[in-house]
Amino acid sequence: MLLRHTTKEIKEREGLTINPAKTCQPIGAMYAALGIHGCLPHSHGSQGCCSYHRSMLTRHFKEPVMAATSSFTEGASVFGGQANLLQAINNIFTIYDPELIAVHSTCLSETIGDDLKQIVTKAKDDGKVPEGKEVTYASTPSFVGSHVTGYANMVAGMTQQFAEKSETQLDRTNIVAGWMEPSDIREIKRLAKELAAEILLYPDVTDVLDTPQTGKHDMYPKGGVTVEQMKTLGDSKSTISLGNFTAEAAAIALEKKCGVGFVSEDIPVGISATDRFLMALSKAAGVEIPQSITDERGRLVDMITDMQQYFHGKKVAVFGDPDWIVPLCEFLVELDMKPVHVLSGTPGKRLDKRLHELLDMDVPDANIKNGASADLFLLHQWIKNEPVDLLIGNTHGKFIARDEDIPFIRFGFPIIDRVGHSYFPNVGYSGAMRIVEKLLMAIMDRQDRDAPEERFELVM
Amino acid sequence: MIMESIEILEGRKKQIYQKEQNTEQFDMTCDTKSLSGSVSQRACVFCGSRVVLYPVADALHVVHGPIGCAAYTWDIRGAVSSGPELHRMSFSTDLKEMDVIYGGEKKLYASLIELIDQYQPKAAFIYSTCIIGLIGDDIDAVCKKVTQEKDLPVLPVHSEGFKGTKKDGYAAACNALMKIVGTGSTEGISPYSLNILGEFNLAGEAWIIKDYYEQMGLEVVATVTGDGRVDDIRRCHGASLNVVQCSGSMLKLAKMMKEKYGVPYIRVSYFGIEDMSKALYDVAKHFNKKPEIMDKAKKLVSKEVSEMYPKLAKFKKALNGKRAAIYVGGAFKAFSLIKALRYLGMKVVLAGSQTGNKDDYNMLKDLCDEGTVIVDDSNPVELSKFVLEKEADLIIGGVKERPIAYKLGVGFCDHNHERKIPLAGFVGMFNFAREVYQSVTSPVWQFAPRKGGLG
Repeated sequence: MLLRHTTKEIKEREGLTINPAKTCQPIGAMYAALGIHGCLPHSHGSQGCCSYHRSMLTRHFKEPVMAATSSFTEGASVFGGQANLLQAINNIFTIYDPELIAVHSTCLSETIGDDLKQIVTKAKDDGKVPEGKEVTYASTPSFVGSHVTGYANMVAGMTQQFAEKSETQLDRTNIVAGWMEPSDIREIKRLAKELAAEILLYPDVTDVLDTPQTGKHDMYPKGGVTVEQMKTLGDSKSTISLGNFTAEAAAIALEKKCGVGFVSEDIPVGISATDRFLMALSKAAGVEIPQSITDERGRLVDMITDMQQYFHGKKVAVFGDPDWIVPLCEFLVELDMKPVHVLSGTPGKRLDKRLHELLDMDVPDANIKNGASADLFLLHQWIKNEPVDLLIGNTHGKFIARDEDIPFIRFGFPIIDRVGHSYFPNVGYSGAMRIVEKLLMAIMDRQDRDAPEERFELVM
Repeated sequence: MIMESIEILEGRKKQIYQKEQNTEQFDMTCDTKSLSGSVSQRACVFCGSRVVLYPVADALHVVHGPIGCAAYTWDIRGAVSSGPELHRMSFSTDLKEMDVIYGGEKKLYASLIELIDQYQPKAAFIYSTCIIGLIGDDIDAVCKKVTQEKDLPVLPVHSEGFKGTKKDGYAAACNALMKIVGTGSTEGISPYSLNILGEFNLAGEAWIIKDYYEQMGLEVVATVTGDGRVDDIRRCHGASLNVVQCSGSMLKLAKMMKEKYGVPYIRVSYFGIEDMSKALYDVAKHFNKKPEIMDKAKKLVSKEVSEMYPKLAKFKKALNGKRAAIYVGGAFKAFSLIKALRYLGMKVVLAGSQTGNKDDYNMLKDLCDEGTVIVDDSNPVELSKFVLEKEADLIIGGVKERPIAYKLGVGFCDHNHERKIPLAGFVGMFNFAREVYQSVTSPVWQFAPRKGGLG
């Protein structure tokens, strides 16, 4: 029992986190930046930060992840990191030759008080940024928010710095991708194509973090939206952001700068959220939803119809990032399941409000918590007090699943002990079918495992 | 010459070297901070302390700082424990903006009290992260206070990320350990006893080594830190010898123990048949007053080697003439790897480390064949280019090198935190050979465009 110390009795804790359900901002910023073509993310801080983020992303995607660091020293920490960053920008363009450097701050550089905007401006003024190349930046202090916030800040920062509005109005809809897997983004683009909707989706990590084996190691893989494309964001007729927590900030920034109106949708997980996304896209792009998509939806509903008896009343514990657990909980309720424990390490009242709106009617006694002290230790305590049939969350949930002998579905970030997430989507109707399949596998495998011999059934 | 065929950062030229006949002087620049803007494979001071102390399984490991440092180092190293598993939990003070402004001492104190009451650890290690060094929390004072109130060692680890390299983190870890060494009773410790230093029990490796020593009739007082226990470390100054592996991390502790307690030390490597045998013989020589120890060592080696030899034949045949690139954390590890690869008939075309020092690189130079490229603190661009140009069939490295190897269509062996099978000891040599064989000869390569489309 790895978690043998977890007590059933729940006591208030004074600012101690045990087994976190979040990590810090910079990794989100690094991930977002990888969705821009030819971008080298840059960590303005100690060497360790950059190394940890690269290792974690590598473990999750099983792909090389490139990023540079300012390599802070004691001197930099006393006198400020400007010299380090200026030297870094110079070195990076000289040797690694990216199209773009995306600088994010860390707890160290934020506490020293480095002003990224000022330093980047100085780099440009000093001629350290070659013609046609760009440097963008975002403030991502590790002591505020979570990795989710870092993603949002980086996407919003790039939008603010790159988006322009020209004379030409394009018949095109922007889609700001929240924190999704390459597989999910591929699926969103497929759906848009199916609808014949003209879109510009960003950041786009397809063909960056799911690249084929080529016998070469490309520092800058072929995928990613280009800076040139991002400069035209202001010419689109509207924007759909996918994810209140990771994408909306960029849509707001774009509206402010270029006057492009937006609708904020959830990441399309499950039936209703996918319905809403497709309706929004259909409306924004002025296109009809084709029969092929209606058929996809029909197949999903048919699958659920066939297997509905297995879902009824099953209790589920869910933890993860806001933009994923909100639509997932909505879907679980639609499947007649009961998300009785829902937790996220990411702070924010908005998440609490949305979860209550979704669950108060169907699961009035659900435990819902996010932010401070919402960690996997607390989730485990909840489960000890009210056991569940299923646990859904990232790899770190495996300790609880093992100790309590609960079927476990990996969902979210990071997943460092299984593969598939970067190749098979969870979004759209087909993604929902994958979720349904996973739920059924977990539930039915358990039923088979626990059934006495005479009740071990061939036909289910 | 290879240096000209790829662009090298100006400041990095002295960190790359190619062994050639009659070359001019060899003066590797190392032990330096990475250049700003490099895509370095290195980590920070905190990382160094964390990986070294982490395997002490009955201690609390509390990371004082924002959440990231604790989240990224949560159970990432398969250091196995035979009992308590407190080390596999992630404890953080999770500092927020207000703490950064007003200081985190109170939060640290409250966290420690809560944790100690709940988990009843034998000791607690408190790691300082970057911003602790800036906001000026006096963690020494907090640790002292809690030590007094709770009557257990609460040890500050001064591992602010920016205060040096990973090696400085090893030193901070040794300083923390040294505070508990010497606090336990040495009663009943045999004169024929030793400590295993710098062995972290990844995949159970320390158990293999401990078993060898016990077969030789020696008492192992403490393994530091693999499958580590606070009470063992407290009394380990009573051992007659410190046997140090992974020189980078634990040599400092051995030196301090020699100075303070007069415990002599020797440096060994448990990797590969040659070095493993030498380790056992060197230890036996130290205890030459009791010749039966050497007799037992000889018996053990001959038994293990004669069992291993035929089993390795298949791998040697398949791997003969293949080329390997090594990029590891400490240079000491590279020496053993070169010897072991040579034993398998393989040729080392690139050897590099993140944290080697001048002596290490000189030794590496002497050990390597003509034409071998030697690098310090390399980056993915350099590594990829050298691997392609030197037509390597295998890369030995860590988590960040693995996907690069596979993208290049080259086999890979993890000789770092993510090894899943023991590579130490005689059985480790077999496991190593099998893993290298499996990866280099994998049927997947028939479908993959290999080596940049060259092969």
